[in-house]
Amino acid sequence: MTTTATVRPGDPALQAAESGSLSTTELAAVRADFPLLERTVRGGKPLVYLDSAATSQKPQVVLDTEVDFYEQRNAAVHRGAHQLAEEATEAFEQARAAVAAFVGADEGEIVWQPGATAAINVVAYAFSNATLGRGGEAAARFRLAPGDEIVVTEAEHHANLVPWQELAARTGAVLRWIPVADDGRLDLSGLDSIVTERTRVLAFGHVSNVTGAIAPVATLVAAARRVGALTVLDACQSVPNMPVDLHELGVDFAAFSGHKMLGPTGVGALYGRRELLEAMPPTVTGGSMVEVVTMEATTYAPPPQRFEAGTQMVAQAVGMGCAAEYLGELGMAGVARHETELAAEMLKIADIPGVRVIGPLDTADRLAVVSFVVDGVHAHDVGQVLDDKGIAVRVGHHCAQPLHRRFGVAATARASASVYTTVEEVVAFREALAGVRAFFGAE
Amino acid sequence: MSTLEQMYQQVILDHAKYPVGRGLVDLASVEGHLAGESHQVNPTCGDEVTLRVDVTPEGSVAGVSWEGQGCSISQASVSVMTSLVEGADLDEVARLDGLFHDLMSSRGKGLGDDDAEDALGDATAFTGVSQYPARIKCALLGWAALKDSLARSGALATS
Ligand SMILES: Cc1ncc(COP(=O)(O)O)c(C=O)c1O
Repeated sequence: MTTTATVRPGDPALQAAESGSLSTTELAAVRADFPLLERTVRGGKPLVYLDSAATSQKPQVVLDTEVDFYEQRNAAVHRGAHQLAEEATEAFEQARAAVAAFVGADEGEIVWQPGATAAINVVAYAFSNATLGRGGEAAARFRLAPGDEIVVTEAEHHANLVPWQELAARTGAVLRWIPVADDGRLDLSGLDSIVTERTRVLAFGHVSNVTGAIAPVATLVAAARRVGALTVLDACQSVPNMPVDLHELGVDFAAFSGHKMLGPTGVGALYGRRELLEAMPPTVTGGSMVEVVTMEATTYAPPPQRFEAGTQMVAQAVGMGCAAEYLGELGMAGVARHETELAAEMLKIADIPGVRVIGPLDTADRLAVVSFVVDGVHAHDVGQVLDDKGIAVRVGHHCAQPLHRRFGVAATARASASVYTTVEEVVAFREALAGVRAFFGAE
Repeated sequence: MSTLEQMYQQVILDHAKYPVGRGLVDLASVEGHLAGESHQVNPTCGDEVTLRVDVTPEGSVAGVSWEGQGCSISQASVSVMTSLVEGADLDEVARLDGLFHDLMSSRGKGLGDDDAEDALGDATAFTGVSQYPARIKCALLGWAALKDSLARSGALATS
């Protein structure tokens, strides 16, 4: 199967060729778009928000778009013959088109979901339902038999692990995983014995929300294709921070969340190749996803509606569409270069005595998500001292317990960046971190 | 003192560094004693404690031992609690547990009651923690383990 990438005006790929990283003036303009960044915390200290991998802040235009939807267009979509319903439907579908264009997909390949977690579960449950015979012959490729294998990686966020464990438990399939090497990248040395003729699904994260490492998508997709397995990409951390063209990547499914890409909470997207979405049985059923309903049986609408049961999160979807356009206009290649610069600044923490970074120490194929432990000081305590200086980092296992276990730690602290993060903020973080061990008297 | 220093009182830092009762002690059944063990986890941050309690036939705490991992607040809190409850009778333990929970709900204000604070002793050092909602559960982890291990020992039913 081949796909051709067409470059549209305003396409990140085109801007990539034209622009470098974000200039200081551009960055200042970007920051001015985010009202929350102006607030202070902990007794008047300027906020240094380094927790964008958990959730990003939102530009004014996204907030305004959502409010404008409620003030001017609010109505139920895809039903009703009145003008408001038309306008709401148009806004909803335009947002879908914007998100699709942003990630190199066709409109009909983007399904609204409450978030990436929900999106991944839609795919996992489609396999379950097909295995139970739902979807008929068309869904045969989603049927699993005992002995079939589902492959994930040891680096996964629980959202891209637990649904597959559950699917294996329901169907008798076997869950296998690609291990993580000491540098935090996937260890592909045994790939051919892990992804085999028995593999039916290969689910993996594009960018780890712990190590920041970018997975070798082409290698993994090729391995899956060789054996006829379907690929599911958890694109939560990549879509907000680097150019992503799903057709070019050649994955079968992908999931990402609005709230991590400058959009609202409560909305995300499932991408599926059109022919697969057409063959896939629904998971959540009810209103709005049907064709003909009798007391005995129901036929289902074509995708994407088949997977959008019930009243949708229209205002949030419209906000997510706006966020995609905002990022698209900034140019994702420039955003990615900005992030690489920030990653380099963040990685200098490895020079602080007692600090150990979990993940790659070089900036190749990684984003500005840096998790670390401080010798003799628990991550929670590290986070508290940083917080006292207005610096917001995440502490804990970041919903990736197996990966933490792999590195023999229960918890890490994590700094992560977004388009609005500055080098100065990272420097402030480094300086504060350098004082943490002294505060706790750890030598 | 900054709010951060109020939270990380020297008493807390000392207990975190030199914990009391750390290292699980085998509960070889002493004639008439009741023993219980509890494992508590804080799923959001992975803090853990396994705690064993040994109760005399008269209904007082003969010994507490524990093993755990986690932040300084959670580990220091188990340690302070251990020194506080050893030798106490079960009614006193229940009272201390109630007072400590009240302290954790005080939003940094303390109990405003000298008798109560005297009873809590070093545990009043955790007053500052109650200003940080996300950390209160760290301070309560050991207390939850103590309560559960006492329940499991059967000592609560007989007292
Ligand atoms: C890599 C990764 N996958 C999946 C998720 C789950 O996303 P959500 O909670 O928005 O469904 C997250 C975010 O926490 C993530 O970072």
